[in-house]
Amino acid sequence: MDTLLLSRIQFGANISFHILFPTITIALGWVLLFFKLRFNATGEAKWMDAYRFWVKVFALSFAMGVVSGITMSFQFGTNWPGFMETVGNIAGPLLAYEVLTAFFLEAVFLGIMLFGFSKVPNWLHSLATFLVAFGTTMSAFWILVLNSWMHTPAGFELRDGVAHATDWWAIIFNPSMPYRLAHMLMASGLTVAFLILGLSAFRWLRGDRGADVRAVFKTGAWLAALLIPVQIYMGDMHGLNTLKYQPQKVAAMEGNWDTQSNVPLLLFALPDEDARENRFEVAVPNLASIILTHKADGVVPGLNDFVAEDGTHLHPPVAPVFWSFRIMVGTGMAMLLLSWSALWFMRRGRGPAGVPKLMQVALVPMAFSGWVATLAGWYTTEIGRQPWLVQGVLTTKQAVADVPAPMVASTLAVYLSLYALLLIAYISVLFYLARKTGSPDGPTPSAPQTQPVPAE
Amino acid sequence: MMTLFGDPAQWLPVAFATLMGVSILIYVILDGFDLGVGILFPFADEAEKDRMVASIGPFWDANETWLVLAIGLLLVAFPAAHGAILTALYLPVAIMLVGLILRGVAFEFRVKAPGHHKVYWNTAFYVGSLITALSQGFMLGKYIMGLESTMGIWIFAVMTSVFLAVGYSFIGACWLILKTDGALQRKAVAWARGGIWGLIIGLALISIATPLVSERIFAKWFTFPEVLLLLPLPLMSALLVGLLWFALRQLPTRNDSWAWFPFAAAIALFTLAFFGMAYSFYPYVVPEQLTIYEAASAPESLFIILVGTVFVLPVIAGYSVLSYTIFRGKATELRYD
Repeated sequence: MDTLLLSRIQFGANISFHILFPTITIALGWVLLFFKLRFNATGEAKWMDAYRFWVKVFALSFAMGVVSGITMSFQFGTNWPGFMETVGNIAGPLLAYEVLTAFFLEAVFLGIMLFGFSKVPNWLHSLATFLVAFGTTMSAFWILVLNSWMHTPAGFELRDGVAHATDWWAIIFNPSMPYRLAHMLMASGLTVAFLILGLSAFRWLRGDRGADVRAVFKTGAWLAALLIPVQIYMGDMHGLNTLKYQPQKVAAMEGNWDTQSNVPLLLFALPDEDARENRFEVAVPNLASIILTHKADGVVPGLNDFVAEDGTHLHPPVAPVFWSFRIMVGTGMAMLLLSWSALWFMRRGRGPAGVPKLMQVALVPMAFSGWVATLAGWYTTEIGRQPWLVQGVLTTKQAVADVPAPMVASTLAVYLSLYALLLIAYISVLFYLARKTGSPDGPTPSAPQTQPVPAE
Repeated sequence: MMTLFGDPAQWLPVAFATLMGVSILIYVILDGFDLGVGILFPFADEAEKDRMVASIGPFWDANETWLVLAIGLLLVAFPAAHGAILTALYLPVAIMLVGLILRGVAFEFRVKAPGHHKVYWNTAFYVGSLITALSQGFMLGKYIMGLESTMGIWIFAVMTSVFLAVGYSFIGACWLILKTDGALQRKAVAWARGGIWGLIIGLALISIATPLVSERIFAKWFTFPEVLLLLPLPLMSALLVGLLWFALRQLPTRNDSWAWFPFAAAIALFTLAFFGMAYSFYPYVVPEQLTIYEAASAPESLFIILVGTVFVLPVIAGYSVLSYTIFRGKATELRYD
């Protein structure tokens, strides 16, 4: 394998590992603030118990996000020097603002949020919780501005092959930014909704049925049920935006080779790039045209429009985009089904007790469904941008560093094994914490606190 | 606005080199003591380890963020240098990142994983801190020698890596003198007494090697009248080392007075060493290859970052002080409630 492919795999692996944790912390910060504010308002111990349990998950996820994020800030230089050399004038300030307005804020107030409860007044602790949530969201804002700009660059001009900013307003509010940001923030909300729902179902199944488990279960179910329809609508809007600015990506998502009307929606197919056709198609007639153009005979762009005269593909690799998109949508549908039926079973104040055991069991693996959907969505959009790194400005190939392939391969092997290890450790600790908190012979968390609980 | 201080292509690179330098210095001091505490882990018993982590727990994350800011400023202000430096340091950077990952997650895992796993995460914390310090020292050595790869430079870089690790463990021990008491504090004093040797040899080594490698740097230090104007730098360093030596023989005092002194003196020493190096390298950002003026981004982009920085940095400083004030005094057990 060559340096380009290895570097792509390395960055892809790092950013995939990284995004798992911010996806949790962005929304979990706000959920923690919700728990804290409910406690402040009602004085009920269950909200503080919920806060204490989930703040541990937050702290762990945050640390995982920080260390994997630092890795990426170095890899821009070690693996992709062409990126900053070409578009550094635009990417630079956006990244700098992320560090200045988000990273320090969350890092400093995280210390106060975690360890300051008995050292600062309650309002300052609540404020610290808010500032941490706000900081993670600011961080998401800046990084999505930059990412969106790479998909739909605006507000710049090229001078001697280097991008120079001409309009910062246009750069920040570039055409795909509002859609991508909203889509990602909701993805984070859904990831956390199913995480807290799934882990609460796990505790419930183990016989840990305290008031805090009920409260968190209900919070998760409601959050999921409220967000998922909005997310589906938002995803549709984002898709239409992509159709306008990156039609080749939509063509790959639909597996549509020729620009034509009455395009069917493919439920299943094996796209074959050499033969330039799909095998084993299972399709719903006209549906892709209806979704994308709202007309049965609407014209949908095809991949064959994006082949240069010398045969070079100017469209992304089809199969990974096609399949990632289907995994994302499929996961979203499962989320819709499960969250709404959970609400139905919980009606008239039955709470988690009304939810059948089989469904409780199904909710446990769904704790990580947000990860699956988020990764699949990011693969769709990022692989869908290939061969470009910055759409129409810089190709991925132009940006890669001239580092020997074995060096990239060896570091890649180290990163992959480390990430696999940490992921296993992370997930098992999550379940360990859930088991430990809920163990029937352990201290019941909602009992009056006689002894302070160590930070574990 | 941009021409406020003259030609923006002249003053903006200097402003950003200063900002970046200050970020690196703050990082080396702040994460230096965090990493140093990690390096001292094998010398402590189990209860002391908890106390040592408790002394840095609320701060380490923000401390590490200064590295992100420094590398971010290098990235945004001097993109050409960022690529040149980081591709030349590909392997040590990768090793440092693995170290930072291990150290960072170990903070959380060592108290959240099942009890019998704690010993492994303690090891990860120590190993992560140590290889981070070693690889940073290695990079420093290679950077001083102009990022070239010869046997001699490799040996020099190995030596700087060892001395930086010792230097970090020294400032880490000084931090523990300030933040702990009792048996652990006495241990920390002993660690600092051991570490100060490494610091002295390391500083001397770099001070002697740098002018020998580069005629330009030799000329910057040893011509008249510069040599006289620069004399306070080595003299103050020598004075500080002497005072530290004396203080470490007296500490800990009965009423814990002067427990702050070794840490303050260590900060001063790190700062002096940093100024010496900054003076040597200016105006180069890649030694002998690329000046800050050649490597700088477009002035419009630099200016928009500077505007933000000028407003935001004081705020960051403000809430950092708040955090250190809240968690002032001797370190107690970390609790979430």
